[in-house]
Amino acid sequence: MNAAPLVPLTTPSAVVTAGASLLADAVAQQGVTAARVDWHPPAEDHADAVAAVMGDPRRRQANAQALEAMLSAEATLVDVRPASEALGLERGQLLHAGPPVDWERASGPMRGALIGAVLFEGLADDPDEAEKMLATGDGVSWEPCHHRGAVGPMAGVVSPSMWMFELRDEAHDATSWCSLNEGLGKVLRYGAYGSEVIERLRWMTAVLGPILRTAVRAGDPIDVKGIIAQMVQMGDEGHNRNRAGTLMFLREVLPAMIDSGHPSKDVAEAVRFVSGNDHFFLNLGMPACKLQTAAAAGIAGSSVVTVMARNGTDFGIQVSGTGDQWFTAPANTPEGLFLGSYGPDDANPDIGDSAITETAGIGGFAMATAPAIVRFVGGSVPDALATSQRMYGITVGENPAFAIPILEFRGAPTGIDVTAVVRSGVLPQINTGMAGRVAGTGQVGAGLVTPPMGCFTGAIGALASAVATA
Amino acid sequence: MTRSLTVRRGTYVDSVALMQVSRQISTLPGVTSALVAMATDLNLDLARGMGFELPERITPNEMLVAVEADDDTAMQTALAEVDRALSAAAFPAPSSFGDAPAPLTIRAAARGGEATVALISTPGRYAFADAIDAVDAGLHTMVFSDNVPVEQEVALKQYADPAGVLVMGPDCGTAVLGGVGLGFANVVRPGPVGIVAASGTGAQHLMTLLDGAGVGVSHCLGVGGRDLSEAVGGLSTVRALDLLAADDATEVIVIVSKPPSASVAQAVREHADKLGKPVMFGLLGKGRPDITETARQAVAAIGCSWELPPALSGQVGTGRADGSLRGLFAGGTLCDEAMIIAVEALGRVRSNIPLDPAWALEDSLSSDGHTMIDFGDDRLTQGRPHPMIDGSIRIQRLLDEVADPTCGVLMLDVVLGLGAAADPAGELSDAVAAATAADVPVVVSLVGTGDDPQDRDRQAEMLLGAGAWVYFSNADAARKAVDLLTNGAPA
Repeated sequence: MNAAPLVPLTTPSAVVTAGASLLADAVAQQGVTAARVDWHPPAEDHADAVAAVMGDPRRRQANAQALEAMLSAEATLVDVRPASEALGLERGQLLHAGPPVDWERASGPMRGALIGAVLFEGLADDPDEAEKMLATGDGVSWEPCHHRGAVGPMAGVVSPSMWMFELRDEAHDATSWCSLNEGLGKVLRYGAYGSEVIERLRWMTAVLGPILRTAVRAGDPIDVKGIIAQMVQMGDEGHNRNRAGTLMFLREVLPAMIDSGHPSKDVAEAVRFVSGNDHFFLNLGMPACKLQTAAAAGIAGSSVVTVMARNGTDFGIQVSGTGDQWFTAPANTPEGLFLGSYGPDDANPDIGDSAITETAGIGGFAMATAPAIVRFVGGSVPDALATSQRMYGITVGENPAFAIPILEFRGAPTGIDVTAVVRSGVLPQINTGMAGRVAGTGQVGAGLVTPPMGCFTGAIGALASAVATA
Repeated sequence: MTRSLTVRRGTYVDSVALMQVSRQISTLPGVTSALVAMATDLNLDLARGMGFELPERITPNEMLVAVEADDDTAMQTALAEVDRALSAAAFPAPSSFGDAPAPLTIRAAARGGEATVALISTPGRYAFADAIDAVDAGLHTMVFSDNVPVEQEVALKQYADPAGVLVMGPDCGTAVLGGVGLGFANVVRPGPVGIVAASGTGAQHLMTLLDGAGVGVSHCLGVGGRDLSEAVGGLSTVRALDLLAADDATEVIVIVSKPPSASVAQAVREHADKLGKPVMFGLLGKGRPDITETARQAVAAIGCSWELPPALSGQVGTGRADGSLRGLFAGGTLCDEAMIIAVEALGRVRSNIPLDPAWALEDSLSSDGHTMIDFGDDRLTQGRPHPMIDGSIRIQRLLDEVADPTCGVLMLDVVLGLGAAADPAGELSDAVAAATAADVPVVVSLVGTGDDPQDRDRQAEMLLGAGAWVYFSNADAARKAVDLLTNGAPA
């Protein structure tokens, strides 16, 4: 790295101060602006590891490179096809959300979704049999979606027959996948596996998937990143509100769906399904975000987070400088509003790969752009504005492609820096849905949640060790 | 009498603000004593000293609230006031709709702003990371914090090298950048002298002496007391010299430090020779010029005339036979300079920063013969404010010395300027008067300028009124103290 020229001595008109307020007061007393840091010691003392990582001469350049990679990532929808083709999933192989988890530790909704997938694939005839197979690992195995470059909302369970969106980042020659969104209520991703759930999955495989495939293959790749850029200016934060995104996507594919040659009754049903599900776009936004963050993975010395994901039991993160190593801690339970008569006791701990949206700078990080849903997640408009602005304090940069109008079109806060999280104690803000604790329940609410600090302190320790051996 | 001790988690307030809270609670009616402080070892000792039993598991990130009051009513009022004062201190005033929350890191505070300098006074364990953040933001970085490991100091200064910025500190108490004082700094006139200081109070004293002679300062760049050690190798001194060499306002450069290690001194001198501007060395030590003499030489170097700094006569007292000299300092370099002068006349002077390791005081800091204590030393400031901000420990010690029949003459420094207590002379005057009344003469070296917020002349009058001898030169004050001890004063 070339040395910068000396920064000349001047009379400062502003001084950044951190620590004793008396010293900041003395600065202000001289008519000089004191830009005061609201400094607090971290709740847990990891000062030695933090110092090692902060002092790593590679860090700054590595994080700049990680940011640059994220900003330059592209995301276009190129195909829709079954997971068996797209990911090479074979009979009995399943994917799931979050870091690895075994049956013993799997939460209710994760177990429910795995049971549903086994039933859907016809591997078992009833839930009891499915549960036995899963408990013994007889003929079934599962691993995180992230291990295959895919993502899945909530339980995120993918089986070979399920159809997947396939997205490409040509700039980094990378591919990511996500299943098709089933809608709200009693759905597999929230751990429901009743007959209505399985029936819907069958229809999606038989009708919806093939129609979308025909439509997507008929035209140019669809610019998903471009839709995200527009939706964050239309009140969608891309995690708990995807209404504008869903309709813009439908606008892109609708003519080709009509022209697809499929029976008009099926096309009408598919259009009704997509337009009636405000979250349909979530499963396109998530793989786009995965492509963005994956572009920043594996840069030695970088402390930028590339994955945040939950399996309903543990929260796991991955960090650029430590590759595909997971740093996990028990997941928190979201706080927010509940559907019907459900209450806090019914909620399962945090679940889903959808926190990839926050990892990429939208979702909870872009809360300021979605005032319409602040009540839905139990917040207020000033909270939403403050939340997004607070996230700039723990990120390495801003994404001009995702500009937030209410913040004077400031770019979304992008690239969570582990050092900033550990030092400030400010955790990434995640907007999320809430799954029922008991297998088979489905969605019980939506709200706000943060990762456990243990993920970040674990990561800082590993980054510090990596400095020592670099 | 009733007592209450609680330990709070998750609340952090800096030590200076806590000192103000403690003081505020102590003055409530019916409250005999109060300590609101982070649970550092030193503060735990203080709480034990107040007679409190402490829980076993307690960390420095927790806060102690210890109150002793006459009755339950007074206690309740006191604890309610603690809550109110802490919440006022811990949380910034609510901002209006849509305002950005207060920045939580230096990076966030510097982003998009006009700041060119950072002033960091976070606890020593965290200061390195905060300083790196400031360097990353391209700011000249002053680290006021002490208790930063020397390895981190070296790493920080090496890290700053390619960034083109200066790291001042750690443990840098004083800087003046283009007339703006940072930390403990006196209000001095602008002028041609650039100062590089490995000593905060040494730099303050030099600046006030120059100002007294009508000579101004361009920049005073602190580098931290260890910068010229073998371990650090003068990394910041060299950078500061380069910055002053490139600065149009600077004509003469003065380096103020204790004598550095020979190899570092050699390297710095070689670097200084190539700057193209005169560089003077004010290196404090036996047989070397004192700070006052360095100031005189600097004034001469730019062709101005030197006048002796003012000295005001106080009360002699009949003195105590065979008494010894006791110096109680807030400034380490001022203590050092006084010891160098005193040792020449008196021999051994015990201290917590001894000139000779064999003269080190025991941990209790009890006086033993001629004794001088630097209350600003790292070990005495962990988790509590610097004595230039809160003089209470020193005042207590002053009274203890008066009660000690072996104390013959007292010497004190009073350092004025930005960042220092608002009225140090007012706080000291009762204790000084008590000393004078007990026939113990008190000599004060007063470091300040006419423009300092405390009003130097008023401070001098108060000290004089309490019976003290007041010197504007620390070296002269030390000589006077020795003189009073050995000869008494002319009537």
